[in-house]
Amino acid sequence: MTDDTGAVETEEPVEVAERPLPDIEVLKGLFESFEDVAWEDSLGQDVARVPNERWLDFATAAKEAGFEVCVDVTAVDWMRSRPDRFEVVANLLSMRHRLRLRMSTTAPRLDPTVASLVPVWPGANFAEREAYDMFGITFDGHPDLTRILMPDEWEGHPLRKDFGVGTVPVQFKESHKVS
Amino acid sequence: MSDDAKTLDVWVAGTEEPELTPTDEGAQEISIDESGRRLDEQFGRVVEDDYVFDDEAEEDERMILNMGPQHPSTHGVLRLQIELEGEIIRRTKPIIGYLHTGMEKTGEQLNFSQGGTNVTRMDYLAPFHNELAYSLAVERLLGIEVPPRAAAIRVLLSELNRCSSHLVALATNGMDIGAISMMMYGFREREQILAFFEKTTGLRMNHNFIRPGGVAADLPPGWKDDIAAIIEEFPRRLDQYDDLLENNPIWVARTKGVGVLSAEEATAYGITGPTLRSTGVEWDIRKAFPYSGIEQYEFEVPLGEHGDVYDRYRIRVEEIKQSLSIVEQVMDTIPKGDYRVDDRKVTPPPRARIDESMEALIHHFKLFTEGYKVPAGETYVAVESPRGELGCYLVSDGGARPYRMHTRAPSFANLQALPIAMADSLMADTVATIASLDPVMGDVDR
Repeated sequence: MTDDTGAVETEEPVEVAERPLPDIEVLKGLFESFEDVAWEDSLGQDVARVPNERWLDFATAAKEAGFEVCVDVTAVDWMRSRPDRFEVVANLLSMRHRLRLRMSTTAPRLDPTVASLVPVWPGANFAEREAYDMFGITFDGHPDLTRILMPDEWEGHPLRKDFGVGTVPVQFKESHKVS
Repeated sequence: MSDDAKTLDVWVAGTEEPELTPTDEGAQEISIDESGRRLDEQFGRVVEDDYVFDDEAEEDERMILNMGPQHPSTHGVLRLQIELEGEIIRRTKPIIGYLHTGMEKTGEQLNFSQGGTNVTRMDYLAPFHNELAYSLAVERLLGIEVPPRAAAIRVLLSELNRCSSHLVALATNGMDIGAISMMMYGFREREQILAFFEKTTGLRMNHNFIRPGGVAADLPPGWKDDIAAIIEEFPRRLDQYDDLLENNPIWVARTKGVGVLSAEEATAYGITGPTLRSTGVEWDIRKAFPYSGIEQYEFEVPLGEHGDVYDRYRIRVEEIKQSLSIVEQVMDTIPKGDYRVDDRKVTPPPRARIDESMEALIHHFKLFTEGYKVPAGETYVAVESPRGELGCYLVSDGGARPYRMHTRAPSFANLQALPIAMADSLMADTVATIASLDPVMGDVDR
């Protein structure tokens, strides 16, 4: 990561002029050191669009920049409306700077995988397990990636858009009993 | 000399009864040691009578104990797998999902105005906060601002809700440790607040009263008398709680130095709310990112020092006082005006207008069949619920239903603190620690 930072700093003047950057000093410094991370203003909230392979690097840098809490990790299933089906979203919080930052990345349709944030923020543990349970997204490096809300033997991932509502057959306990 | 002793030993009927002087000899002393000796005992740094602390214990000396999901002290259907070494807990694994009803999936099937009925059932002890977070998220996507009176009513109800939720926390925490009278008292006072909620919204719980665009109705006639009665009554009641708990050596001995969390652990694990503040971190979303005009009211953020069960209990009592002060300020300064936004695309027209105006009828029909369309976008809005940061992540694709509705549940995240708070502590302190985190399983599993 330090290599990247060094490389970017040399072309910094050009970068600043070209791409939009947030006004806040903390965020500006963070985004300047990542040239492939796009900053977006979403209804007054700062969003970082991070490439999948830079997810963990950006998270580490964000923590160093002062975002000491990972509030939440979740996902969105965009089906066919986007080239990459899944979007993984993490909400970060900096108590020191009174700032929030939302970072999002994409994961492909087949074998969606994102690096786990647990090494950076241990608090991401449950949230990532929930995202795995509900969307089937694999978090690489997660210590205990198992289902958290659904039963272990459950098939499918309920919050995917192709998991219909009311398609689960209700099995009555006594119906197949031969006595 | 020996004659005296004999008369004391055996008393012969008919003779005069001997005078017995009670002595403390042999009685167990209950002492609250401030020097941290208790803490040392707890963590096994000092070896005391019947349990022995041994770090080098063999693996097969450990026992796995299953607690819950049907257990009266796990506050719902929480299940814990506890690895015990003698009487000391080494590892804990919370297992959840027994109350999972797929509310986030349901949220995608309901339109934006129906969503309130869904989210209000998540954290059933703090329904107003769920509705508030959801409504604020929808309003931010719509780009509308609610009238000041609606914002004031929201603050009033959510702060009263904080009181009622904390009262349940105190009551159940008391009962878990054995202070049964606290259970009765806490629920009695909560009933007074719930009666006000019923008068205002028609329901004691699951109100669906705070809706995108404002609130469902204005406050009922005579509401100020009810609030004034609550404000007058509560300080006296809180003093009673102090008599029951604060001045009770058993309560203090069973909560001080129990279930300790450090500030570093709490921030690393994303713990919020009273549990975070008990470690001394000053963090309250009402102060940091004010919502619904709460910045107009003066209140303090009570802080703890040691991050133990006692501090969490103390913070809840203080927060009830602060919330009541906010409620009093709202009562004094509530602005006049409309209680919902004057936008026919979001709020239904008044009943009388439907008979007169074709447009009103169309709007009414469209709102209750299709619902209103929300511009595409995504937002995350958080409010300070009694348990911590309650966030609503809402994604709209431009339709009448949320494309994705995710709730960041405070109990869900706070449950991650349980294995840390319980590590290397006594089995007997388990229920005290669980109760002090105040998990609501409806919020955890959603």
